[in-house]
Amino acid sequence: MKKHVELFKVTQNRRINAEYMILHVASENKLPEILPGQFVEIKVENGPNTFLRRPISIHEVDHDKNEIILLIQEVGEGTQLMAKLQPGDDLDMIYPLGNSFTTEGIKKAVLVGGGVGVAPMLILGRELKAKGVTPYFLLGARNSEILMDLDEYLKINEVGVTTEDGSQGIKGFVTDHSLLNEQLADMDMVYTCGPDPMMRAVAAKAKEAGVDCEVSLENMMACGFGACLCCVVDTLGGNKCTCTEGPVFNTKELKGW
Amino acid sequence: MVNLAVDINGYTLKNPVMTASGTFGFGEEYEDFIDIDALGGIVVKGTTREHREGNPYPRMAETPSGMLNAVGLQNKGVEHFASNIYPRIKHYDTGIFVNVSGSTIEDYVATAERINELDHIPGIELNISCPNVKEGGMSFGVHCPSAIAVTEAVRKVYKKHMMVKLSPNVTDVTDIAKGVEGAGADSVSLINTLLGMAIDAEKRKPLLSTITGGLSGPAVKPVALRMVWQVYNAVKVPVIGMGGIMNATDAIEFMLAGATAIQVGTGNFVDPTMTIKILDGIKDYMERHKINDVNELIGGMHV
Repeated sequence: MKKHVELFKVTQNRRINAEYMILHVASENKLPEILPGQFVEIKVENGPNTFLRRPISIHEVDHDKNEIILLIQEVGEGTQLMAKLQPGDDLDMIYPLGNSFTTEGIKKAVLVGGGVGVAPMLILGRELKAKGVTPYFLLGARNSEILMDLDEYLKINEVGVTTEDGSQGIKGFVTDHSLLNEQLADMDMVYTCGPDPMMRAVAAKAKEAGVDCEVSLENMMACGFGACLCCVVDTLGGNKCTCTEGPVFNTKELKGW
Repeated sequence: MVNLAVDINGYTLKNPVMTASGTFGFGEEYEDFIDIDALGGIVVKGTTREHREGNPYPRMAETPSGMLNAVGLQNKGVEHFASNIYPRIKHYDTGIFVNVSGSTIEDYVATAERINELDHIPGIELNISCPNVKEGGMSFGVHCPSAIAVTEAVRKVYKKHMMVKLSPNVTDVTDIAKGVEGAGADSVSLINTLLGMAIDAEKRKPLLSTITGGLSGPAVKPVALRMVWQVYNAVKVPVIGMGGIMNATDAIEFMLAGATAIQVGTGNFVDPTMTIKILDGIKDYMERHKINDVNELIGGMHV
């Protein structure tokens, strides 16, 4: 897939809770095909501490409006600057980057997102549904305050929720939910994105049940397109770049998973 | 029409804008973004005699106005380059230089010998300055006798342009520059990364798996500019300057300090079209200053 470097226009920057915002950026051109699991590299202007681009997972694509929609968590200086973006502002992005989740040959799947890791699960859920696959969402958060608005997910299918404090859904971690326990054996695939310990725990559950598991990794990278070789992950086939050969990997390929 | 071509000791670059090894892959990674043939030259990823997996993750850390890396020369070895990559990139109408590294003199010699057989590779960049491999790499480039020994040994087998990439992690860079010039270098390129480190204070842990790594980006530019100027004044062979170049003004500063050509490195990560913007910017500068030949800029700082 051809990669582009392009100046987008911010059309909307909506804060959804204390930590997250949803950023809409529009292209003047017709957007190319963009696959679930792919990401963009955003140039954050100004300041010595935001020298490199920030990789951000694609949350949704609106081909009618030529908009890419990103779910962003304010964590550091780069994302704090993104939080300040206003409609009309320019945003320099390289896109679409990386591979995608496997959607062929699957009938039922569970899509597990933790924290900002829910980002690729919405675009993936839509794609799966369009292909006749039944996606079961499982979203985890520390508490109900920072949980996503579930409306868009519920339009696709049912959504399981866990919060660490029990303020919404089941109290505990995503791995405590029935979707990753009693119901897991019925699934053809577990897709997951989120904090590393969560993904490892989810992958362990899938392995135990004999179900394939694809994880979306967030290794630190300098370029995003295979030039710097910084974001490598140790696989059975040697070091692979998370940016070009990932970010999605079947855990069977990964050493130590 | 202005003249952009520069001569590096018998080899002509169509313009002075090159790319730095380890930041530009094999050129192919940038084909979606720019016309590779528009560049003066490209220096492809560091190549060693045998396959190297490189260092464990994490291999990078962002630091103020720059980054640290500890990739550790990950590459599939010279034979893989010659048989698999070279056939795919040899059509580029630009000077393709292969960055050659090793752990022993024999490694350097064997790799250079293999590269010498490749018709469409006009030169090598002898990397005696990589800070990220345990034995070899930088250890050759920080001592004059070993820098001379490896340069002399490769000179015996390598018949085309031999650029030697110098380390800034030395007391006096001119000693090493003069040494490799005497040993047969056709040109010198500098600077490689500066040895640095970064710590996560909350976790009390180093940010790189190797603890220390190579610093690059605008943070190193003043150091690089100073070293280019010192080396320009110390040797007769052409100097290829690099270190934190992010725009045409930076590139011109390096030329004014004595660089015949420049390499864009870490900047490629931030903007994959940066080399082309720099090339256009150099043309604009020449027009504004009524300069017809880019060679007038080399060492053109008024003191």
